[in-house]
Amino acid sequence: MQIARVIGTVVSTIKNTELDGRKLLVIQSLDSNLRRVGKPLVAVDSVGAGVGELVFWCRGKEASFPFEGGLVPTDCTIVGIVDSPQHVTNPAPT
Amino acid sequence: MILARVIGNVVATQKNVRYQNARIMLVQPINPDGSTRGATLLALDSVDAGEGDIVIVVQEGWSASTAATGEQGAAIDSAIIGVVDEIDVGST
Repeated sequence: MQIARVIGTVVSTIKNTELDGRKLLVIQSLDSNLRRVGKPLVAVDSVGAGVGELVFWCRGKEASFPFEGGLVPTDCTIVGIVDSPQHVTNPAPT
Repeated sequence: MILARVIGNVVATQKNVRYQNARIMLVQPINPDGSTRGATLLALDSVDAGEGDIVIVVQEGWSASTAATGEQGAAIDSAIIGVVDEIDVGST
């Protein structure tokens, strides 16, 4: 899993039927200092996240598990909303 | 998933049996602002996408296989699962 910031939304009418009614968000992954790392991705939301929020997401087949039946084709699902940036405790480098 | 633009397709007569009737599309990954990024890749189409479309590509085997062929277990690691109407990333 990785921490990310929700930076936008994606609208898609023609899509896999298992994605019907699912919210698609653009996320930017962050490192432990909340600096951008990697490129933006499209994620399926499973927790009611919105633009601007700090979240964490899951990759791989496991990304479909939050959804009933586990049949949603996704490799990137938002599985939690971080309470605030202060709730990311980053141990000082040793 | 990643955003990509469909730039073409690939025709292969001799291919794995699970690829029968599949449309093998050539896609260019893009950023939310439309700029290209990284190398082109192949993805099976499951939503009747066409050249020039901005699409959502899933890069995970089970999802790609079930979306593109209706069954799991095919040697497929990328599939187009949606055609994008609009991307809104505000000013960030």
